[in-house]
Amino acid sequence: MSLQHVSKRWIAKALCSRRQLLASISALALAHSWVPGWASVLRGGGLPWDADGISPPVPVRPGPWVYFTADEAAAVEAIVDRLIPPDKSGPGGKDAGCAVFIDRQLAGAFGDSRELFMRPPFARGTPRQGPQSPIAPRASYRASLAALDGYCKATFAGKAFASLDGVRQDHVLTGLENGEIKYPDGDGTAFFEIILANTIEGFFADPVYGGNRGMVGWKLIGFPGARYDYRDHIAKHNEPYPLPPVSILGRDEWSIRG
Amino acid sequence: MATKLPAKDVVIIGLGWTGAILAHELANEGLDIVAIERGPWRDTATSFNIGYAADELRYGVRYDLCQKTAQGTLTFRNSDRETALPIRQWGSFQPGNGVGGAGVHWGGQTWRFLPSDFCIRSHLSERYGARFIPEELSIQDWGVTYDNLEPYYDRFEYLAGISGKAGNIKGVIQAGGNPFEGPRKREYPLPPMQMTLAPTLFGEAARSIGYHPFPSPSANLSTDYTNPLGVRMGQCTYCGFCVRFGCANYSKATPQTTILPVLMRKSNFEVRTESEVLRINLDRSGKHATGVTYIDESGNKREQPAELVLVCAFAFNNVHLMLLSGIGRSYDPKTRQGTVGRNYAYQTYSSVQLYFDDKNFNPFISAGALGQSADDFNGDNFDHAGLNFVGGAGITCQPTNGRPLANLPVPPGTPRWGARWKEQVKKNYLRSFGFVSQGSSHSAYANCLDLDPTYTDRIGRPLLRMTFDFPENDVRMSNYITGKMEPIAKAMNPRQYVVNRVATPYSVIPDQSTHNTGGAIMGTDPTLSAVNKYLQSWDVPNVFVIGASAFPQNPGYNPTGTVGALAYWAADALSSKYLKSPGPLVPA
Amino acid sequence: MCASITRSGFLAFAGLLVILGNAVADESHSLDTIERGKYLATAADCTACHTRSGGKLFAGGVNLQTPFGALVGANITPDPAAGIGDWTDDEFVSALRDGRGRRGKRLYPAMPYPAYTKMTREDALAIRAYLRSIEPAPDRLESNQLPFPFNIRSAMAVWNMINFQPGQEAADPSKSGQWNRGHYLVDAIGHCGACHTPKNVMGADRRSSYLQGGLLQGWYAPNITGETRRGIGAWSIEELVAYLKTGANAYTVASGGMGEEVVHASSHMTEADLDAVAVYLLSVKPAVRQSPLPLDATDPRMMAGQALYKDICSPCHTDAGTGAARLFPRLARSPAVHADDPTTLIRTVLYGSRGAATDGAPTGPRMPSFFWRLGDAQVAAVITYIRNAWGNAASPVSTNQVREIKSEPSAG
Repeated sequence: MSLQHVSKRWIAKALCSRRQLLASISALALAHSWVPGWASVLRGGGLPWDADGISPPVPVRPGPWVYFTADEAAAVEAIVDRLIPPDKSGPGGKDAGCAVFIDRQLAGAFGDSRELFMRPPFARGTPRQGPQSPIAPRASYRASLAALDGYCKATFAGKAFASLDGVRQDHVLTGLENGEIKYPDGDGTAFFEIILANTIEGFFADPVYGGNRGMVGWKLIGFPGARYDYRDHIAKHNEPYPLPPVSILGRDEWSIRG
Repeated sequence: MATKLPAKDVVIIGLGWTGAILAHELANEGLDIVAIERGPWRDTATSFNIGYAADELRYGVRYDLCQKTAQGTLTFRNSDRETALPIRQWGSFQPGNGVGGAGVHWGGQTWRFLPSDFCIRSHLSERYGARFIPEELSIQDWGVTYDNLEPYYDRFEYLAGISGKAGNIKGVIQAGGNPFEGPRKREYPLPPMQMTLAPTLFGEAARSIGYHPFPSPSANLSTDYTNPLGVRMGQCTYCGFCVRFGCANYSKATPQTTILPVLMRKSNFEVRTESEVLRINLDRSGKHATGVTYIDESGNKREQPAELVLVCAFAFNNVHLMLLSGIGRSYDPKTRQGTVGRNYAYQTYSSVQLYFDDKNFNPFISAGALGQSADDFNGDNFDHAGLNFVGGAGITCQPTNGRPLANLPVPPGTPRWGARWKEQVKKNYLRSFGFVSQGSSHSAYANCLDLDPTYTDRIGRPLLRMTFDFPENDVRMSNYITGKMEPIAKAMNPRQYVVNRVATPYSVIPDQSTHNTGGAIMGTDPTLSAVNKYLQSWDVPNVFVIGASAFPQNPGYNPTGTVGALAYWAADALSSKYLKSPGPLVPA
Repeated sequence: MCASITRSGFLAFAGLLVILGNAVADESHSLDTIERGKYLATAADCTACHTRSGGKLFAGGVNLQTPFGALVGANITPDPAAGIGDWTDDEFVSALRDGRGRRGKRLYPAMPYPAYTKMTREDALAIRAYLRSIEPAPDRLESNQLPFPFNIRSAMAVWNMINFQPGQEAADPSKSGQWNRGHYLVDAIGHCGACHTPKNVMGADRRSSYLQGGLLQGWYAPNITGETRRGIGAWSIEELVAYLKTGANAYTVASGGMGEEVVHASSHMTEADLDAVAVYLLSVKPAVRQSPLPLDATDPRMMAGQALYKDICSPCHTDAGTGAARLFPRLARSPAVHADDPTTLIRTVLYGSRGAATDGAPTGPRMPSFFWRLGDAQVAAVITYIRNAWGNAASPVSTNQVREIKSEPSAG
């Protein structure tokens, strides 16, 4: 073999390797058996170390609707833009991505209530006993949006909700909210409550989830976002916080300009 | 058929605050210990990676660090006239899950109860006459005194690096602290946190009308700290992602940041995660525990024999396990017989929200225990003569966060959506804050925990059933204290303030607190308590049940300080008494 | 499992000696010698290569992955067939100090004989006596897993001729006994240069850059000379000893490979020996090299890096880069930050790291990972910022450098 033909770095590695590379030399020789990678039995070797044991959120990517049909999406985009309208203070629910947020949430764990106790029997209960519906959000949205458009078409000469003017749309939403408009099956008021809650979530949650695009919700109110250190501002009572908001996705200033 | 494993000296059910404290203390005694934890391992740099720890939707709204109701929940009803239904979505309280338990996602408010709290029935009887105590209440003396627990409060506070100002050192009242607190032997380990504008204004206003505000004792550390175990913690950075969140920079006292680094180095301690204890096994006499049966992370049933069983699974899980295992007799509110499940209590809140035009509170600069409190109307700190209730509340300004989904205050009359709503949200977000009364929750004969007759969990075990409503006493108390909050609000001269009295009946929907107490209460009378003064089961002496389940009622403070003190107190009893001579430590 | 080297463990071994009827009476195997050998073997961290995680003490089997293929640490227990049980003393000393095993077999300098050659014969024999006293393990393994042509050991003869200077270094009479002891511990026993001295094209120490930092398996072991900016010259003896003894000091926390070294080796050394090591290291003063000028704060890389730093790093490392003593490393005026080669910095930001935990400093704080959140340019920018803020001055880091690190397998 001709040593001169082997790169310097390779030789450095080969001849001077000293430490364990693949497995930590710690006393814990663990087979990682469960996502996100911690072994489930730990004894006496100090705190376990699993560099891969992280669970960052999966960023929502723009693209086609994952759950909503085109009609459903049109209705939801119209609804969120009435719940949080665009005005001179900033974008409304639609441009903020609230419909995208809701679409992706319904496609995930929130949508099928898989993390909730959904065992029967289901009974209505008192208002103090909390939600008792067996219908998960995915199914609830589908049925409720269909009922909404069904109501609108029947009431407004064949026009779906998205085709109504803003005043009419507000009128319909108010009717759902206070129970004046009733769905034949299902609970219009309950649907209104959930879509209102989800819209607000979409407007103010971290943009990684598809809403609050460009942090417009946070900019509206002056919330600096996913910041973690305010020590330099605690004592500055009444002084506005000077830095722009930052999300899990970062902010513009993280990019090199010029 | 469960596989039987080699025996251990001690099995600990749950590795949260109490489990970690007990494990560490007993590991130092050389015992062979296994902790069986239902949830996953949790570690700061990975589970609370700073890059995604500040995610309000995931942790603050979807409660990702908490127990999922699909995993297990309770059924709830206000009274026995109703049918209990499952709590399918958490609201009022959010139980923990995983190593660290609720100690991972708590806010850090760390209190000592008042000396009078520990002997509340005898104290009130002495001061006001026994008939002053409303009949609906089942309040009891604890069987331990504040003086018994003082050294253990100190231990927990120094373990955690509690940041505060002492108000009473060995009987000498200290300026700047809580003049009503019980005497302590020394200062807090760390000075108080630096105050933001809202609690500062509150403190000035409270002082101006003759109250005695002081900085709330906080487990969000005011400086770097090395605790007595040699574990190092950092300084809180006031990020406002505290309650319901894991701390990303080692600055909130949790089992992770205070004990686990040392505990996990001990070769005589083992933890099995993702493993749920199904029941505590008893021998034929029913008076001796032989160990526990659990299902491991692969779903296999295993039997873990042990000489000593410590139930450290969180207040109501402790009660659930006792009922499922047949330890003690289930309490029946109709007959008032039975000990396990009685005296379940909670916490009683009211609030005042203030709106200003000329202030910027920067509400996002906050921490779970940052604030000012006034104890003038807590417990029996004020004369109740002529009043129609017992108990009181701490009045505290602790704006724990400014996260938008939890903080979009708008004045009454504002629509809930639309252009006007948006305008008011923008106008008021920075210019509004609230303060609360956090009041006693007296136990009542009607409020209890037992096994639900209808609903079962995913393993087929009956769910725990909670029957609870605020006793009328507590509603009267809360409304009275709320009246004492208004002068403070007025003194701050807001544009407007809004009073929110305690909402009745109790609902599991709005978030209140995870201060669930009682159900396996401590006491001196085995017919009226489930555990003795050392938290040892009266019925099965090699079972100790440690947590807020032991509180006979809940005073007007957060429970964790007392939970920690009781854990050290029980650990001491185990080391100094039980291990030397296993058996009942108190004659039944 | 790596042996926890405790007093009680040692007494157990001593008991085993009696049972096995080893020659306790023989002076060369006296309990003192064995204990001294155990101390030296600990300080030299033999377990790093000779004890597999979860395996028996010194039974070998540690996989050393090299780009040429694998080498496996040998079984050095006293098993007569699988280990070195029937080696003579001379054979053992020759392996340790000359790189020649049994029957002249040439060892690869992954076994750091170029360092151990500086060990005294007495120390080598003490290690031998200790290794004779431990439990034999029958695990047979073949150390040389390298593929052809690298598996031809005799080629090492050429390498040795060019690069290997056998024999001890003479003590320096102008220096104190403590300094000479420190010199011996650093060069002969601790073989710190194996990681901390850069290598030439043949993989031998570049003596002109002695202890000024070396790249090893995707990690950069920093400059540990008494140089002020790039080295540990600003550290006091007490701080350096605290670091070696506990893994933490006012400036930083040992992590990665050095964290393991602290936990397995230097935390078990005596205070006197650590003082000597500290005195010696701080006395090593290479020729002063001119520092670069720091990047201007308005440089676009610094602007982006500052925004990143403020948002992500300051919650632990603080706005002023001061960190928190014994918890979050200080970055301002930090030697590790000034490393010529930013490999460790890049890996740490990408994948996080695990701080050492010892009895003296049990916390074991961890740096979280950011590879999932930051792009390569952002990682480069924030490290460039750190290297040029608060009075720091070091070369910027490029996006390509980050990309290269990411494309290499993780070094654990």
